Amino acid sequence: MRPFALKCKVNGLAIEREIPSSRSLLDFIREDLGLKGTKEGCGEGECGACLVLLDGKAVNSCLMMAVQLHGKELVTIEGLKGRDGGLHALQKTFMEEGAVQCGFCTPGLIIASEALLRRKPDATLEDIKQELTGNLCRCTGYEKVLSAVEKARDNRNA
Amino acid sequence: MEKLSYVGKSLPRKDAEIKATGAAQYAADRDFAGMLHAAAVRSPRPRIKILSISDAKARKVPGYVTLVTYRDIKGVNKWPVVMQDYPFLPEREARFAGETVALVVADTARAARKAAALVEIKYRELPYVDDPLKALEKGAVKIYGRDNVISSFVIKRGAVDEAFRKAAFTVEGEFSTNYQVHAYLETQGSVAVPEAGGGMTVHSTTQCPFYVLDAVSAALGIPYHKVKILQTVTGGGFGGKEDVPALVASHAALCAAKTGRPVKLIYGRKEDFQSMSKRHPGWARVSYAADKNGKITACRVKYVLDGGAYSTLSPIVLWRGTVHAAGPYKIPNVGIETFAAATNKVPAGAFRGFGQPQICFAQESLIDELAEKAGLDPVRFRLKNLLEPGDRTVTGQRLKSSCGLSELVQAVRSRSGWDKKAATPQVRGDIATGIGFSAVYYGVGLGAKGRYLDRAGALVNVYKDGSVGVNVGNAEMGQGALTVLAQIAAETLNAPYAGVRVEEVDSSKVPDSGPTVASRTTLMSGNAIIEAATPIRERVFKTAHSMLTGLGADPSGGMTAAGGVFSMGGRSVAFKAVVAECWNRRLKMAEQGWYAAPRTTFRLRDGQGDAYGVYSYSADAAEVEVDLKTGVTRVKKIWAAYDVGKIVNPRLALGQAQGGILQGMSWALYENLVYKNGIMVNPNFTDYVIATTADKPEYDITFIEKPYAEGPYRAKGMGEVPLIGVAPAVANAIKNACGARVKSVPLLPEKVWKELKKG
Ligand code: FES
Ligand code: FES
Repeated sequence: MRPFALKCKVNGLAIEREIPSSRSLLDFIREDLGLKGTKEGCGEGECGACLVLLDGKAVNSCLMMAVQLHGKELVTIEGLKGRDGGLHALQKTFMEEGAVQCGFCTPGLIIASEALLRRKPDATLEDIKQELTGNLCRCTGYEKVLSAVEKARDNRNA
Repeated sequence: MEKLSYVGKSLPRKDAEIKATGAAQYAADRDFAGMLHAAAVRSPRPRIKILSISDAKARKVPGYVTLVTYRDIKGVNKWPVVMQDYPFLPEREARFAGETVALVVADTARAARKAAALVEIKYRELPYVDDPLKALEKGAVKIYGRDNVISSFVIKRGAVDEAFRKAAFTVEGEFSTNYQVHAYLETQGSVAVPEAGGGMTVHSTTQCPFYVLDAVSAALGIPYHKVKILQTVTGGGFGGKEDVPALVASHAALCAAKTGRPVKLIYGRKEDFQSMSKRHPGWARVSYAADKNGKITACRVKYVLDGGAYSTLSPIVLWRGTVHAAGPYKIPNVGIETFAAATNKVPAGAFRGFGQPQICFAQESLIDELAEKAGLDPVRFRLKNLLEPGDRTVTGQRLKSSCGLSELVQAVRSRSGWDKKAATPQVRGDIATGIGFSAVYYGVGLGAKGRYLDRAGALVNVYKDGSVGVNVGNAEMGQGALTVLAQIAAETLNAPYAGVRVEEVDSSKVPDSGPTVASRTTLMSGNAIIEAATPIRERVFKTAHSMLTGLGADPSGGMTAAGGVFSMGGRSVAFKAVVAECWNRRLKMAEQGWYAAPRTTFRLRDGQGDAYGVYSYSADAAEVEVDLKTGVTRVKKIWAAYDVGKIVNPRLALGQAQGGILQGMSWALYENLVYKNGIMVNPNFTDYVIATTADKPEYDITFIEKPYAEGPYRAKGMGEVPLIGVAPAVANAIKNACGARVKSVPLLPEKVWKELKKG
């Protein structure tokens, strides 16, 4: 199989790579780029641990091929930053509210929430609940996750 | 009351930032130069005789390196758990579908998986057993010992038959519960790295690094001092990373030993479902007797757990279930007999609650039935019978002062508006609303059956710059141990909290501290830290005092120490400066600590003894809506109250409570692992459903802190108790809402619907 010449932007940096066309996006991110913050929880699109932003939308990287990244812009958890270059608003509220326990779901939850708040800055609690049904978290009971997202929304809109 | 600077406060979680930024390194995130990858070859059938294993086809996969079978085991082919019946790799017989039979090593994980799928196992099928009750029948196929009984216990107290004869009211019921899959978001995984001189370092996601140490040393046949286990950031455990990580790590280590290269073995979700431990399915027949005043006089229990193909932790899971089988009540006459039966299915083991949730579902459902017969409201009935300080449990243990159960029940009763709601369930259209209750006790720590393991060590090291490093033998798995233990260390030393770091477990730094289970970490490691820190504290405090005196402080009012500062007579010095002075004075600033749990006993003949050092307690009320047309239940709100002793970090405790409640609710309503003819049918998140944000109920959580004198800053144990009582509270609420008494978990819509049809 001929390798594919992939051009894209990852966390703000332009990237050119030859990759096998059979490479999954998740493997590309974790193995080829070494960005380990994106997690594999199921490999089947059911848990949301592998979410990344592709042109600003949250996608399950385990279900996509790396070639689908061509000409697009990818942001992973490592690329999320606050305005001051420090922690992102959602990272802060997740920490403050106690929404992080084992943390394996956290990058995916933050990515999903970021995509929602970009799309819908005034998302209601119900919107947030609906959006996050694709993100499994076995530790927190979700209460603090939801309050963290609400707090980030309020901070952003304040 | 002692004034505390750090304990009792919602201080920021130590590991939150590395997790929120994606920087935390879980097992799968660790890479090493020259690293290879392993994948397991698994048995396809419930029970097989292995005739041959061939890698002829697998060899053709580019990147293939080698096949590892039992022949590569240089040590003993027996995984040391409780009883040694589980081989690291089977030699002749594989006993459940999904059991690892061999491993393939290759350049990449993709190649290893591809090659593993091409390894051919030639086998002959053997007759198997897949039902625990049938396994115990006389004519059953023998798959374990002489009678398929892995383990069995009794508790006998008083004159049970006579009490039943004289009873004014009796109830009896048969209940069952299905598996629960841990569904930790991070699957199992290990990376084994060979060291010069024949050693092995293993990076493993685990709750129990010392179980991993036992196993790797046994499998490789090398002494403990050549093996080092480094716990990686662990993405959830809930009991699922108690025993089995040792098996996964040993497999990685066998591959690394054979190839001489680092080997990573990370489980896919499907194989994790198929082969890793589970909550045991449970079956129970329970009966209670009460006198005409509504006092419980007797309880009889037969309780069976489906242990699966190997014993693993079944004996101790069963034992905990046995001790708690009658519920948190004063009962003079008790007859309990329990069995863990072997079947050709995945070995079941530890899961938050550890054998209690299954039997608690049965007995707390039945307590409601008994209350109804006695003509009493379920809460009033419980209050008449609850264990109070000074009472004896069914094992004859007299409870000491740290027992707040009746206060918990009262708190939940008033906060939930119980009296009114329970008396008047509502029906609006097709939706019936009801409320249900449960009460729970939980023995903290390993208790009499695990007493030889119930000790823990700690190393406290105060560096020259005033920062503090702490090593412990119990693991952070998401519950917040690193944070809570740092608070305890900071409190004891009067060191600034921000400067205290508790590390993930390194088996070479602290002695074997037993497993991170049984809600024992705060208690055991906390006490070990206090023991280690206390002599350092004395040196620091003495030095601070002399420094302050040197500064001209008037000592008459005495010295105070708070928040990392020492003050006296209007002068103060910071911890950092005091530590620098301690080092100048060449004082010893590192210490080891050790804590062994108080003595516990259990007499096998009749199950009498002081089973646990102390108990935690909970009361739960669940409010549900049942759709009368479909039988679908939705939990609207859960009120819970806990007595887990002093709360070290309220925000973390709340997180443990909410997470535990949702896990309990998810098991109660949705989680349904299906086996058909010895094969798991739904090993994935598509068909095995767990609760999501959409299912989350409202939580109302109260802590009533009954101090435990032996505990670190009077704490007991928190992790498990929130899960245990949820299922019966939900089942009792369904009954209250619509009259349907469902006796098997999960409480699926079709079961509710069927009961409704019976009318
Ligand atoms: S790993 Fe992609 S959804 Fe689970
Ligand atoms: S914090 Fe562990 S899965 Fe969400």
